[in-house]
Amino acid sequence: MFKNIYNWIDERLDVTPIWRDVADHEVPEHVNPAHHFSAFVYCFGGLTFFITVIQILSGMFLTMYYVPDIINAYASVEYLQSSVAFGQIVRGMHHWGASLVIVMMFLHTMRVFFTGSYKAPREMNWVVGMLIFFVMLGLGLTGYLLPWDNKAYFATKVTLEIANSVPVMGPVLKELMQGGTIVGAETLTRFFALHVFFLPAVLLSLLVGHFIMIRRQGISGPL
Amino acid sequence: MSSHNDQQDIWPEQPPSRKEMSRRQFLTYTLGGATAFMGAGTILPMVRFVVDPILHKKGAGDFIKVAEISKITEEPQEFTFELKQKDGWYDSTATLTAWIRKDAKGDIYALSPICKHLGCTVGWNNNKAHPDEYHCPCHGARYTKLGKNLEVAPKPLDQYKTKFDNGWVLLGDIVPNTVASEEA
Repeated sequence: MFKNIYNWIDERLDVTPIWRDVADHEVPEHVNPAHHFSAFVYCFGGLTFFITVIQILSGMFLTMYYVPDIINAYASVEYLQSSVAFGQIVRGMHHWGASLVIVMMFLHTMRVFFTGSYKAPREMNWVVGMLIFFVMLGLGLTGYLLPWDNKAYFATKVTLEIANSVPVMGPVLKELMQGGTIVGAETLTRFFALHVFFLPAVLLSLLVGHFIMIRRQGISGPL
Repeated sequence: MSSHNDQQDIWPEQPPSRKEMSRRQFLTYTLGGATAFMGAGTILPMVRFVVDPILHKKGAGDFIKVAEISKITEEPQEFTFELKQKDGWYDSTATLTAWIRKDAKGDIYALSPICKHLGCTVGWNNNKAHPDEYHCPCHGARYTKLGKNLEVAPKPLDQYKTKFDNGWVLLGDIVPNTVASEEA
């Protein structure tokens, strides 16, 4: 039945070439762990993306309960974690996934570095990768404040103090991030907006660039 | 025949040179201008919206009664006091801390315990290895009695503006340290 539906759509819209172009391509032998087990190091980029997808999904579901408000944020997190079925799991996925993304991204960066894959003609993809790295750090930073507990509050205070120490721009930068003179209600809403709208939008567009470039240029050759 | 006459033959009605804009260029300018206008109209409100908090005027803070002058000693003492503040759509009170002492001349000053390194909270005489100093537990910054930075921190501890009224010490805004420089 599914085949009939697919054929019906394909006859009209010719979708086969679209997904063929995305998914149907050969993986060279030297990056396939089935041929050489040590090639598992080539999986870290894909794993980073896989966990990023988990982060996006679990994050979307978390916002069904979470409230970015200084009075209610902590209570809503506690509620979703302790009273909602599987709340602990869903928040756990987002919490641990956040750390895991950084780990996988770091390992991926190491692999690219030690295989020399950043060299010509792939320099631009390295730069885009670095931008993704900074956006990921930004996501980690803004997400850390959202539970609005003591750890979140003081970690953010210290981070803003670091922003404050930037030459010349520092104090303005700090106040802009803070949304005022103190870490408070407006900081929380700002960080929430950055965490769920602005940074993911930037991240997704950078990822599209990252993937288009790797398909254009292919995976770098064996060592 | 001169070349000048040739030209006359080809474009007999050519007026003396006048720079005219081509239709294409006119359209480019018009469409470009309209696009820029619509783009700016969309973006500018959002930019103004996001920078609003930094453009709010900050009024000078009120002075708040913190401690009785008679209780101030040469040894720094910790005093806490409450400050009304506006946090977006909330009115709240912040609990602030000041370390107040008087020097040998009897001048009273109040130091803010916020470490000038990365904003942790310093304490007085809380590190046995360095007695009679302010010490920050986060990264080991140290300050003298006057708030002069000895280690780690780039600047001396900030001070509160002070006022005296009817035997009370009143504290106001936090300002950069002025007393630490007396200690050469």
